[in-house]
Amino acid sequence: MSSNIYEGAVPVSVLKDTDVYRHTIAVLVDNEAGVLARVVGLFSGRGYNIESLTVSVVDDDVQLSRINLVTSGTRQIVEQIKAQLCRLVPVHTVKDLTDEGPSVGRELALIKVSGTGDNRVEALRIGDIFRCNVVDSTTDSFVFEVVGTSEKIDAFINLMKPLGLAEVSRTGVAAIARGSSGMEDKASPKPKAKKTVAKKVTKAKAKTSPKRKSAVKKAPSKRTKKR
Amino acid sequence: MPRDTLEGRRMNGAKILLKALQEQGVEVVFGYPGGAVLPIYDEIFKQNQVRHILVRHEQGAVHAAEGYARSTGKVGVVLVTSGPGATNAVTGLTDALMDSVPVVCLTGQVPTHLIGNDAFQEADTVGITRPCTKHNYLVKDANKLAKIVHEAFYVARSGRPGPVVVDLPKDVVMEIGAYSTAPRGIKRQQHKTYRPAHSPDPASIEAAVDLMINADKPLFYTGGGVINAGPAAANTLRQLVKETGFPITSTLMGLGSYPASGKNWLGMVGMHGTYESNWAMHDCDVMINIGARFDDRVTGNLKHFSPNSHKIHVDIDSSSVNKNVIVDVPIIGDAGVALSAILKLWKERKAQRKAPSKTKALKAWWMDIEKWKSRDCLAFRQGKKTIKPQYAIQRLFELTKKRKTFITTEVGQHQMWAAQFYRFDKPNRWMTSGGLGTMGYGLPAAIGVQLGNPDGLVIDIAGEASILMNIQELSTAVQYRLPVKLFIINNQYMGMVRQWQELLHGGRYSESYTDSLPDFVKLADAYGMAGLRVTDPAKVDDTIKEMMAIDGPVIVDVCVDQKENCFPMIPSGAPHNEMLLGPDDDANRTVSEEGMVLV
Ligand SMILES: Cc1ncc(C[n+]2csc(CCOP(=O)(O)OP(=O)(O)O)c2C)c(N)n1
Ligand SMILES: [Mg+2]
Repeated sequence: MSSNIYEGAVPVSVLKDTDVYRHTIAVLVDNEAGVLARVVGLFSGRGYNIESLTVSVVDDDVQLSRINLVTSGTRQIVEQIKAQLCRLVPVHTVKDLTDEGPSVGRELALIKVSGTGDNRVEALRIGDIFRCNVVDSTTDSFVFEVVGTSEKIDAFINLMKPLGLAEVSRTGVAAIARGSSGMEDKASPKPKAKKTVAKKVTKAKAKTSPKRKSAVKKAPSKRTKKR
Repeated sequence: MPRDTLEGRRMNGAKILLKALQEQGVEVVFGYPGGAVLPIYDEIFKQNQVRHILVRHEQGAVHAAEGYARSTGKVGVVLVTSGPGATNAVTGLTDALMDSVPVVCLTGQVPTHLIGNDAFQEADTVGITRPCTKHNYLVKDANKLAKIVHEAFYVARSGRPGPVVVDLPKDVVMEIGAYSTAPRGIKRQQHKTYRPAHSPDPASIEAAVDLMINADKPLFYTGGGVINAGPAAANTLRQLVKETGFPITSTLMGLGSYPASGKNWLGMVGMHGTYESNWAMHDCDVMINIGARFDDRVTGNLKHFSPNSHKIHVDIDSSSVNKNVIVDVPIIGDAGVALSAILKLWKERKAQRKAPSKTKALKAWWMDIEKWKSRDCLAFRQGKKTIKPQYAIQRLFELTKKRKTFITTEVGQHQMWAAQFYRFDKPNRWMTSGGLGTMGYGLPAAIGVQLGNPDGLVIDIAGEASILMNIQELSTAVQYRLPVKLFIINNQYMGMVRQWQELLHGGRYSESYTDSLPDFVKLADAYGMAGLRVTDPAKVDDTIKEMMAIDGPVIVDVCVDQKENCFPMIPSGAPHNEMLLGPDDDANRTVSEEGMVLV
């Protein structure tokens, strides 16, 4: 069946890159005991990066959970990660949100800032700019609730540091593809292979193997186990 | 009992388990009892369809199941108790995972209400075995037991095969539940999420045949995937090699899928592969990898691995593709199906290859290969005094090749010599621990092979150090009258360790000499089996014949040259074309600092 012909097997032209990119990957799994341990164990056992991981039941009727994870690596590593995830028995679908067209990612953070006087006023003012909700307040502290991209939350935290940042609690990224089709929408058009829309993280030193021409060109990137 | 009356019938968990095993066609279970599995053993006692083989150590049970599985193509089954029973099985499970062997391992567990309480003989079996199994289950309800067991067999044998653990708390096997029958037929089993690849994409087949048609220096590089795809796949491979006229090499795990007596055979590839195979890997322009995984024992230094070739890679496991080596044409699917598709398309298109330039190029390629072959890289000199290990194995091959012979090995020099000098013409006749390199594999594996093939001549080509790691299984062989033969290549050293120390660590033989070895002939006697010893090269043949004539298990202690090294050798980190051919080659020349770090 053509929807998963190149599962984990993207042509050379796409893999040559030695730059390190950040990818957000969504994984639909059977909500059974130990499934999170399988995913986390895969990352630690094979030495992959996890920058953020969230998990929650998304469909109670059929016991489906969704894991959103943010990882970074070279093209080859990210393809390996997806192929390894696909191989886990309780995994339904693996979707690379970074590769497969536009997506949105959001995080929620609870941020405690303590202080009095000018700092307290300044914190509240900045909180306002970031559209935070104040969810707890004492005479010498606030707890802000801030929602947005990870970058936005990073920025807010940095601004709070000199103002009496006391504690941070973040949810990790929840992400979803833009557009009308769902993750398991079989009728959805196959996403075209994108060269790279991922954000570059760092530059790796190693050079790849010598160039050679690729014999296979297309690379649908949706990895679904469904046929 | 007919299926229809079985469905939904209520019985205790242990009975459900036995019924499920029977329904899966299980003939043999390798196991060892203990508190947590007593109800299961009670049920085993009450039936006679599933035969239980009592091993002497749980590691042995898993290796025996592996030997059984790899020689018969069926799933090997293991039953062990909780705690130490399960942890003892871990090495075997890891071995089966690395070599893609279908095994279902049933482990006892403390009752569910005690899980997590550090109860007697409790171990977190699903936690411990998660990274060393293809999948594992903890059964919490007798009503789900049958379904899980059926699923475990399906997962173990389908796609890329592997070990599956089913952890069975004692209360679950004692409580009453409803039986559910297996989905009919292997094909009919469906899983909610697990959908192994099967048929490759036609476009990828076309791209592969394109490359093959235009190749000047093609090479087949085959692996264990062809064996796992079944004897039919090996047959198709033979036809394809014949049709194309291309040379073929194989990994350690793939030996036998193409006959060693075949015209196009170059011998094994890799660290101890032949000169001609490794040079062909290095120089080829189109590499057709079927069911091998570019393991580091094969590729050597990745930076210099086959620098000028286009690579085709057939694998059922997409995570094997582009893992170590980036390939040009990935083909995801069953090796047998892919081979048939390639063969069919090749036949349709081979006229395109008839161009004189292609015929000429292939001829020139074969001339290169003949030149490499003429180095006669496996040559050794057998003198009059001490037996050369290569000679012993060569004679073993010559004298047993007409029989239905199965070879298992331990790990070390003898294993590599066995791969080089025992020439396999059929698949499923060669059982060795490739991926994990587990000393102690060979004897229990031989026991499993013999149970699956009662009419076979089963020989464990062993090292004197490795054999001691699971020597207790001799007792199993004797108990079940399994006529396995142990052919111990006794050099009194952990030869492979000694070889590395000689070549890479200035000859400082740190802890690689085995003092106080047992007298293997007396040991055989102690276990109630026959023991033979040979030290004179002139008597090797007679001793082998005597071994074959004995209708029961035999130990043959073959006292060989203690200092012999295994060549050719590609030292770690070196490229294929910097192979050591013999003792006169200087290892230090080829081994870099970087290489020394590698295993
Ligand atoms: C369980 C285990 N421990 C250690 C090793 C490392 N090792 C590899 S080969 C070898 C020596 C094997 O000696 P022997 O069985 O006598 O075989 P020989 O090399 O002498 O033929 C050792 C210790 C291993 N492969 N497996
Ligand atoms: Mg030895």
